Amino acid sequence: MSKAIVLYLHVHQPYRIRHYSIFDAGVNHDYFDTSYDDNTNNERIIHKVAQKSYLPTNAHLLKMLQEHPEFRLSLSITGTVIEQLEKWSPEALQSFKDLCATGRVEIVAETYHHSLAFFYSRSEFEAQVAMHRAKVQEVFGQNPKVFRNTELSFNNDVAHWADQAGYKGVLAEGWDKILGWRSPNYVYRPSYTQNARLLLKNYKLSDDIAFRFGDRNWAEWPLTADKFTHWLNNTHNATNFNLFMDYETFGEHQWEESGIFDFLQNLPKQWLKTPGNSFMTVSEVIDAFEPADIVDTPFTTTWADTERDLSAWLGNRMQTQAIQALYELEAPILQSNDLALIADWRRLQTSDHFYYMCTKWFHDGDIHAYFSPYENPYDAFIAFMNAYHDMRYRLMQKGFAV
Amino acid sequence: MLGWELPPHNSGGLGVACYQLCKALAKKGADIEFVVPYDAHHNINFMKVTAAQPNGVHIAPGKNAYESHVYTYPDGRTETIDIFGQQQYYEKAVTMLTQNRAQEFDVIHAHDWLTFRAALRAKEQTGLPLVIHLHSIERDRAGGNAGNPLVREIESIALLMADRIIAVSQHTKNMIVEDYDIPGDKIEVVHNSIDPEMFEPLDSSNSYVYLAELKKQGWRMVVNLGRLTVQKNLVNLLYAAKEVVARAPKTMFVFVGSGDQYFELITLAADLGIAKNVTFVGFQRGKRWRDSYAIADLFVMPSISEPFGLTALEAIGYGAPVLMSKQSGVAEILTNGLKVNFWDVHDMADKITAVVCNDSLRDELLQNAQAEYRRLNWDRAADTLFGIYHHHKQKKALPV
Repeated sequence: MSKAIVLYLHVHQPYRIRHYSIFDAGVNHDYFDTSYDDNTNNERIIHKVAQKSYLPTNAHLLKMLQEHPEFRLSLSITGTVIEQLEKWSPEALQSFKDLCATGRVEIVAETYHHSLAFFYSRSEFEAQVAMHRAKVQEVFGQNPKVFRNTELSFNNDVAHWADQAGYKGVLAEGWDKILGWRSPNYVYRPSYTQNARLLLKNYKLSDDIAFRFGDRNWAEWPLTADKFTHWLNNTHNATNFNLFMDYETFGEHQWEESGIFDFLQNLPKQWLKTPGNSFMTVSEVIDAFEPADIVDTPFTTTWADTERDLSAWLGNRMQTQAIQALYELEAPILQSNDLALIADWRRLQTSDHFYYMCTKWFHDGDIHAYFSPYENPYDAFIAFMNAYHDMRYRLMQKGFAV
Repeated sequence: MLGWELPPHNSGGLGVACYQLCKALAKKGADIEFVVPYDAHHNINFMKVTAAQPNGVHIAPGKNAYESHVYTYPDGRTETIDIFGQQQYYEKAVTMLTQNRAQEFDVIHAHDWLTFRAALRAKEQTGLPLVIHLHSIERDRAGGNAGNPLVREIESIALLMADRIIAVSQHTKNMIVEDYDIPGDKIEVVHNSIDPEMFEPLDSSNSYVYLAELKKQGWRMVVNLGRLTVQKNLVNLLYAAKEVVARAPKTMFVFVGSGDQYFELITLAADLGIAKNVTFVGFQRGKRWRDSYAIADLFVMPSISEPFGLTALEAIGYGAPVLMSKQSGVAEILTNGLKVNFWDVHDMADKITAVVCNDSLRDELLQNAQAEYRRLNWDRAADTLFGIYHHHKQKKALPV
């Protein structure tokens, strides 16, 4: 029986807001710009992530593509990170282009700004998906065929939209609540769609790599490619193993010292030893297998936290008040025809800003704190609201009553 | 005189009150040596400022009264010491300072509980009469709760052992009588005042550029300035803000200050659904501090218990009318201001709404408050204190 690994990596960096105060509002509109040594400096973070993750990982991936003609993978890469790489690390961007040039790397569609616009403004959402499509075409020369929404947020509406928009598939979390007894290791069809397919992340196998790989207290540590492929080979009822994770797993979340790059290099070597085993991109797996069943998702799932919902972004009232305030500005912002203003407004939509305001486990100093450039969620909220106030100032200067 | 802070190394009203009081006393001929628990330059010429530094230890001021000072020992070691440790050092240093100098002084005058242990030790050593001056008591700072029992014990003993007690308001005097069973005739009320000359003038532009623009668009600013802590009753102010915003949506509440309720108040503002109408500015000094008053259409001081409440007078000086709680000392001396009971959220909301919806009410309140303000000075306070000093100079100090 033939089985495929569907490796999909998500590349993203937001434009972090500096410690923007009420005294800046109406004076400076440089929300995303600060001195190089500040924690919120985007250029510095791009340099760091490029050095630790993008450049070494892409070198490994390119080598794997060259050594194994059967190896392939899928990437999603947001507009906000492409822009920042263009400015601050063209060599890292070139290394992504080099991967795509092999013809065995598929780019996945999403919103340009990694936003939650789907849940607040459908027209803004569609504009951002179109912007992303244009950017991917320009930079990588590809037309994405499979869609993922920000943070793998998914429900029947997302599926219906993607189907209508002509995508052949959508990516989502293989969450037990929607799968029930079923396995994520097959292709499915979402409810309310004609042609679209659903690829569900195998979160156990994915998180073994993304989260548990370097954990010395984990019973399976150390994880080798040999052991990992042994698990897959012994899983008999499966057509495809969907390994979906943040790209930054390699070198940033799991440091080089953990052996993550050795694992990556050895994965195709070990996996391809067994006849019938293969790698497929997201489009290829959709073409290769018929859907095993219909999956209904009447509520929103994401790939985050134990809740697998939107609560990491919209779980408290700071988050919901901030995002509502931002989308309330949509009409005047778009009417203003001020391209800089519109660009700033879109950058403020990036979901990370709301993630930094998450208070779910603030006191435990957990994974949220790891990703936040702020000391606490309240500082993140204040910087965001002050930037919001400045957007209002700029609209007032243009004669809008806001 | 024993004090904990003087400007510019002050965290709040205590340092300012001590400074202005001493200045008025000096003008009337008082010769004051003022002992602070840290070493820093003050640029004061009307009295001698002495740093209490035991055994060559250098003590740099902390950022506020409740923050650790940095102690540098003669051998170069540095250490930060908590508030109780600081009092012990201060006590030791003051004892060394007053040793064999009893005849140089007429009276010991100590401000607030932080100095009281040292004051009692100095009284014991010198036999001089002790005047203690209460700018607040522990119940004020604990927002109406009992507070820290160790602090209460210090206050209680000092109130018993002092020759005379000064309270900054009738409100504070009543609380001392109630909380510590001190006979009322041992306590003199000496209201704080204000020295308009001390304030730097505003310049033509306000540093809140955005808020100034909002005002042009018909918005009104309600400002609170002070520590974000339970004593200041800001939770009720936010509940009132929700009612105000429902009726007057173009109202912005501006909170200037930092404190232990920072997270709680931000969360509450969001939970009440008024995040767009509430701005947290953080602790400010200098121009931004002055501009915080100047931008206000109404300054609100809703404290659960405010022994005096200097910020209300500062607000008037910089051009903002005032809403204050009846549980504040300043409400005893200021007639032209709005007054509410701290617990009455609806009344607070009604009065704030009235001002933000009616510029002539705002202007009238301010004009009349400023007329009162111009008549204020520290002379009366200084005269009363001189009387007390003379009385106790001639009388033998109570035994320790």
